[in-house]
Order: sequence, then C-alpha cells, then structure tokens
Amino acid sequence: MSLTRMTAAELGELIASGETSAVEVAQAHLDRIAAVDGQVKAFLHVDPDTTLEQARGVDARRAAGEELGPLAGVPIAHKDVFTTKDMPTTAASKILEGWLPPYDATVTARLRAAGMVILGKTNMDEFAMGSSTENSAFGPSRNPWDLTRVPGGSSGGSSAAVAAYEAPLATGTDTGGSIRQPAAVTGLIGMKPTYGGSSRYGLIAFASSLDTPGPLARTVLDAALLQEAFSGHDPMDSTSIDEPVPSIVAAARNGDVAGLRVGVVREFDGEGYQPGVLARFREAVELLESLGAKVIEVSCPNFTYALPAYYLIAPSECSSNLARFDAMRYGLRVGDDGTRSAEEVMALTRAEGFGAEVKRRMMLGTYALSSGYYDAYYGKAQQVRTLIARDFDAAFEQVDVLVSPTTPTSAFELGERADDPVAMYLADLCTIPSNLAGNAAISVPCGLADEDGLPVGLQIMAPVLADDRVYRVGAAVESALADRWGGPLLAKAPEL
Amino acid sequence: MPITRDEVAHLARLSRLALGDDELDHFAAQLDVIISAVARVQEVAAEDIPATSHALPLTNVFRPDEVRPCLTADQALAGAPAAEGDRFRVPRILEEES
Repeated sequence: MSLTRMTAAELGELIASGETSAVEVAQAHLDRIAAVDGQVKAFLHVDPDTTLEQARGVDARRAAGEELGPLAGVPIAHKDVFTTKDMPTTAASKILEGWLPPYDATVTARLRAAGMVILGKTNMDEFAMGSSTENSAFGPSRNPWDLTRVPGGSSGGSSAAVAAYEAPLATGTDTGGSIRQPAAVTGLIGMKPTYGGSSRYGLIAFASSLDTPGPLARTVLDAALLQEAFSGHDPMDSTSIDEPVPSIVAAARNGDVAGLRVGVVREFDGEGYQPGVLARFREAVELLESLGAKVIEVSCPNFTYALPAYYLIAPSECSSNLARFDAMRYGLRVGDDGTRSAEEVMALTRAEGFGAEVKRRMMLGTYALSSGYYDAYYGKAQQVRTLIARDFDAAFEQVDVLVSPTTPTSAFELGERADDPVAMYLADLCTIPSNLAGNAAISVPCGLADEDGLPVGLQIMAPVLADDRVYRVGAAVESALADRWGGPLLAKAPEL
Repeated sequence: MPITRDEVAHLARLSRLALGDDELDHFAAQLDVIISAVARVQEVAAEDIPATSHALPLTNVFRPDEVRPCLTADQALAGAPAAEGDRFRVPRILEEES
C-alpha cells in the first residue's frame, strides 16, 4: 500500500518498526502535494526543505534512543491560523502576508514535541470567517470529490489536503463549525473538542470564547491520536481546562453503543435540509439502533436561535480581537507617506488588508456592541447562549449523546453563496450550538447524498469534557459502515 | 430599514476602515439583511435569563508572578512595518500644534 494511503496510526507503527523512516514518509507526501495541489489548492505554504529537516530530526531522535509517541514521524497539514516560527503565518489575510511569527503556538509546539512533521500551512477563510475558503485572500481550495465544489470552511484547506491524500492528518479550528463542516463535506472525521480542552495560545483569535483547535482525519482513531497529542492544560491559555480527561484514544479503539441513549434533535430537520442528507442521517440513526442504542427524539427549542445569536456574539468578539491589526507592530502598512496620521494609515491599511467578510463582521460586531443597541443585540444573544446551554443540560438528562446531520446540505458549488452572506451562514446551522455551549462534538461520514453523490456527515454531540463519548460512538458508526461499504467512504472518491 | 448608509459610514470609522462610496453602499445593503436576520434573538422572552459570556464557569485565573523567558526586542520588532532603534516607528499620533 502506498504511504500516502495509510492511516496515521499505521504510518506511526511502520516508522517505529524501522520499515520506513520519517524522511521517506514526508517525501511521499511532498510528492503527492507536488502532483495534486495545483488542482486542490489546499496549501498556502509548502517548504520541502523545512519539512525534510524536521523529518530528519525525528529520525535522529529515534536513532538516539528517544522514547517517541505513536505519531512520531507522521506528517501533518497545519492550518495557517496557528503560529509557526519556521513558516509564514497569514490566517489567509493580505494584512499578514509574509509574516514570520517570532513564536510557536502551543498546538504547534506540541506537534513538534510529538515528533510530527509539518508539511505546510493550509488555506482557510480569512481569519477563519467563512464556510467555503472563498474568503481566503489567496483564492479558494477545491473539494477533492468534485473540484467545482467547496471543501467547506473555514478549515477547508485542511479538509482538502486530508481528503486528497496530501496529508494523513490536519489541524483545524472550530468557532461555529469550521472543523466539522469541512470534514462532513469531504468525507472525513472532524472533531471539535470541549472548549478549553485544547490551547488557544498562538492561535490567531477570531472569537475567543468560541475558538477551539481540533483534528481532521480519515479515521476516528487517527483523530483521537492527534487530539490527544496536542491537547491538555496550557498555562499560557487562561481558559485552558486544568483537569484530567478520559482517554479518547481508548474510546476510539472501543466503538460500542450497546445500551447507549441517543437523542435525535427534533429542530434539525425540515425546510432547508437536502433530502439526500436527511436520508443518510436517518439511516445512520437506524444503524445506531441496530447496534443496540436506544434512540429517542429530543427537543432543544432554543437551538433555532443559535445561528442569529452566534452571528452577534462571534462578530462582536472579532470586532474587538481584530483591533490588534493596527499597521504599527506587524503586518501590512499602507499610505505612510509622512503626511498622514497614524489613524489615517491604520484605516487605509485595514481597508486594503481585510477582505469583505472580515469587514462585514467587524462592522456588525461594532454595531451589536454600540450603546443603544447593546441590550437588544449582544445582550439578547448572550441570554440565548444561556438558554442553549440549558437545552443541552436538559437533553443530557435524558440521553448520553445527541445526533443530527452535521450540515443541512452537501458541498455547494464554488461561487454559489459567495456574495450572499446569510445563505453562507446557514452552513453552520447544526454545528453552532456546541460552540455556544462549549461541549464536545464530532462529524463522521455516513454516506453519499443521492442527488449529487457527495459526502454527508453525522454529528454526534456529548456534554462538556465527555469527548471520549463521541469518539466511542463515532468508532462504532465508522466500523459498522465500513463493513457495509467494504471500506472507508473516502475510497469512493474519484482519483485526482 | 434597521440600518442607514450614514450609520454604516459611522461603523466603518469606528472600525478604522477607510471605505469608498461603493463599498459603503454594498455593505449597507448586506448589513441591513444580516441585522434583520440576527434580530430574531429579540423574539426570545429572556427577561430573567442571565447572560453567558463564556462556556466555562471561570472567574479569575492566577499564575505565579515569576519572570519567564520572553521575546527579545529584535524578535518583537522583526515583523514591524518600520522600526528605529529598539522601538516601533509609527506615523504621527498627535495633531501638530498650530
């Protein structure tokens, strides 16, 4: 089997056994990137020399007898929102074009400590604002299932890279669905850990109370291995959780739903949902039942207000966070001709450096936080956030996990929603509640929609800190569906 | 119409965005649609519901007051658009005295 078709777990074992080396594995993936990334456009930055140097370093550590983890030598595609001191970091924005960070994000540092080899930085919607990568200042990535379709977003470069076998694993960040939605529309596993379970230090901030780093992978076990490698308490992030968490890798190895109480969220159905998506979702629910789960319908009435609440809370936080791009300390500076004031230079730079969606959200957030509007918009949205958390609490008294489609539709066409912000926002309809409440949620593939033959994702949600539970259910679904399909869903994707 | 073009021009100024007339027109129409959509949060009867600003029940998080390694001046200035000596060089901040 070719090195680029293997799972991360398999690659880790093969490298540990000495049958191959980190350098060989890295080279195989660099070759694949060279062959297909012209079509897929998953990466913003690839630097084979730096990658191979990292790989040689891992091989040397092993040769010196160092005890290395299960992902040592395994390559990874790294979302361009995490700082990397040896690779430029742009958040897909012109305002940071060419910026070389002076420090590594905690997630980056932990990948390196685990012996993982960074292949490059992946494309995304600018500052992680979007659901398609079309808001990238450097052009969109493509869905490997159909190059005329979006790979989802904001972590769409990461989903495209893993689905196109350019990398076995990728990092993402999920603020409103930015890991789960791209995973769903490309046939991958995408996990949003419990908020605070993975560090935000060195993650370029969009909405700080929501941003959560997480893994994208081709198998549930690979996702768990990656999440375990970069998670855990970080004193550099004051919202990082300092408590022991159940082993997600053990859970991913023991898929089992016998006796599990599964709640189907009544509100995520009906108008706006693609029939083929709902059909695959209902089959997945039947599958869970056939595996021994007890399925009941659960109502979470306030989930229908999650989308509007999110599009007040996230823009409000971004309008504050993105004030740091002031043309003074790093990044772009425009119009500094000696006659203009700092404020004028700042406004010219930001107008030129930010794309349309970022501008819209900054102005929307500024509006929602303005005196006179604060109570009616931001204040109300924060109350809705409380109601959504209460809906989850009430639901988790009746059931162990909640399920829904991950997205209302399969991958849409490039350009289809690019200038219709509200239509674009609907892609996050089912994923947002878990960001507002901070709980764990995963997307696993559950089939192809009949209308277009494109992947559909099943979302599994569990309470805060019960990340192991979504992995256990995800693994059970993955294994049962692989039996039915005779292999993983991604094997059905066309060759590039 | 919940938002006017003048209000959008004001928001752009507060956001430090030097937008042209065309952009202001475009954004005014879009923000109008978006604000109408998000205004649905006002349907929720939430008189006595507390606000949630954050998913974790954290108040203050302390760490020991210890000196730790940090960036050198050179590292901190490495990405600056303009620097002079050990400082960021910026356009004038104060209006010149008349």
